Amino acid sequence: MSTTLSINKLAKFTTALTPTSLTFSQDVIKDALAQLSSSEFPTTRNEQWKYTRVGKIAAIEPQVKTEYTRKLPKYSIAENAVTFVFENGIFRSDLSYGEVINGVTIKPLTACTAAELVSVGKLAKIEGDVFNSMNSAYASDGIYIHIASNTIVQKKIQIIQILTGNQTVANTRNYLFCDKFSKAEIIFGAFSHDATNSFNNVVTEILVEENADLTIDKIQYEEAGNYTIATENVQQAKDSTFTINTLTLNGTIVRNNLTINVAGTNCTTNLNGAYLLKENQHVDNHTVVDHLTPHCNSNELYKGVIDDKATAVFNGKVFVRKDAQKINAFQSNGNVLLSDNASVNSKPELEIYADDVKCSHGSTTGQLDEEAVFYLRARGLSEKSARHLMVSAFIGDVLEKIESEDVLAFTQKILQERFGWEF
Amino acid sequence: MITIKNLHASIDGKEILKGLNLEVKAGEVHAIMGPNGAGKSTLASVLAGREEYEITEGEVNFDGTDLLELSPEDRAREGLFLAFQYPIEIPGVSNVNFLRTALNEIREYKGQEAISAKDFMALVREKSAIVELDAKLASRSVNEGFSGGEKKRNEIFQMAMLAPKLAILDETDSGLDIDALRIVASGVNKLKSPENATIVITHYQRLLDYIVPDFVHVLYNGKIVKSGTKELALELEEKGYDWIKAEVDKH
Repeated sequence: MSTTLSINKLAKFTTALTPTSLTFSQDVIKDALAQLSSSEFPTTRNEQWKYTRVGKIAAIEPQVKTEYTRKLPKYSIAENAVTFVFENGIFRSDLSYGEVINGVTIKPLTACTAAELVSVGKLAKIEGDVFNSMNSAYASDGIYIHIASNTIVQKKIQIIQILTGNQTVANTRNYLFCDKFSKAEIIFGAFSHDATNSFNNVVTEILVEENADLTIDKIQYEEAGNYTIATENVQQAKDSTFTINTLTLNGTIVRNNLTINVAGTNCTTNLNGAYLLKENQHVDNHTVVDHLTPHCNSNELYKGVIDDKATAVFNGKVFVRKDAQKINAFQSNGNVLLSDNASVNSKPELEIYADDVKCSHGSTTGQLDEEAVFYLRARGLSEKSARHLMVSAFIGDVLEKIESEDVLAFTQKILQERFGWEF
Repeated sequence: MITIKNLHASIDGKEILKGLNLEVKAGEVHAIMGPNGAGKSTLASVLAGREEYEITEGEVNFDGTDLLELSPEDRAREGLFLAFQYPIEIPGVSNVNFLRTALNEIREYKGQEAISAKDFMALVREKSAIVELDAKLASRSVNEGFSGGEKKRNEIFQMAMLAPKLAILDETDSGLDIDALRIVASGVNKLKSPENATIVITHYQRLLDYIVPDFVHVLYNGKIVKSGTKELALELEEKGYDWIKAEVDKH
């Protein structure tokens, strides 16, 4: 008689991680550990992960890195910004800089009291979510931002995450609270330095209170060979505005889970995304906008340009709940394939339970119009310029929605360096 | 300016041009007329460098260079311009932006300095006036949402901006009302000089009242079968093409 022992990869993986020492509610940690103990890494049989394989992540043998004093090159998106830097989810005070902003509390979670972190875990769903659970149980650190009511933040703020080392696993947790009538724009930049086969699992919870206005610019630029799962859970109170611009410029596997609960009337929600892929990149954007209340507007525009053997996934879900009348919800996803081996799986979904709403969604995937390329060439443009011009125009729809000049300049610089595209 | 000798071209294995000869000198306007399916647009496409066509025989000498060896962009840079029969809409690509890129790539090809933003805008203003193209249209996305007449005027505006040696107008008159036709034709006439030449491809004699050709050629079954002066166009208008077809088919 023989016994087959099935080895749980997730259990083996988490054994190598350091349990969180952050002062989260014990219930959150307990629930997270319970979820993990009964889970395995998701497979493509799971509808949520149908097109994204996490086998490369599961195969990592997490290394514990203890030395966090190494000098790193300066990673920055906005000059003269208040800058907080995390290396592998560990705060690097030596690399962080900037002055105190009135009405704004910014500090690493390790410097927070239990009272400050009492709401952490309220938005990020544990049940059925392996990566949120892993993050809740093993988060090392992350940023805490509290913007006091009536505070209009003019100063730039950027949070820089840098992944380093081989087979590093970073569980980074962020918590943002924008109190009533406040306004801010925060840049999140994800980079890597000499990293290989490393994984950044980031969970960010964001509360946008009554009449507050928050913009997040999320720039993902980790080197090839590294993996990111970035989850944002957002909750909007009435009269608030929330905008998130997600720009994915590199990284071998990037999965974004963006869930926005629109829980108050008269809210505006903007989701803009651009992903520019080549080589063997795989980028997956899963978004959920959940309209729970009436009289709100949401606008979602995601566009991607996919070259070589890269693959992109877009799954955008918009819920309009029964009582959420007078909703305007628009969603659009467009893709351009630049090579025969590039592919896209796009799934826009609308679930409407109210009867007086205006909603639309659409998805397009195609190649550059060869007639247009010829037309431009017939005017003297090289084939390369013609294609670049058309790609720029295509992705420009998303970029023109970005207000931060720093973010735009950074993005254009990367696109120039990485793809030779001028905008 | 351009000498076409025994040009044979086919698409998908079907021969369309079957030994076409044509010579156009600087300062001249040539009209090419012919019934549907004669190969008029194929000639324009082949000269502009559309890659779907296979050249099986013949040569085209364009001001001393072997035109058929050049990429479409290099033909444009050498001074060839094709006004499209169906101008393409390119959403998001601004008319003036792309023209500036085009102009600068042409200048670079010729070893000239890039044009300054100020000079470029002055040029846009000057040239858009020639075809009475609203400055707003000039800066909108290429042909997007343009009416048929606006698209054709935009073609002539681009021609004015690029100042080609040889312009080929492929059925630029089709679909135009008389006012638009007059504006387009007057634009072409204003751009005419002793140093450049124009080939006007048309189905109708009407355009030739406005752009007066020095020579009229009849293209039929892939060859130029008859050449004459502008009176030939009038004769074709009156009698149609059947008498020419009959004359050719007899042989």
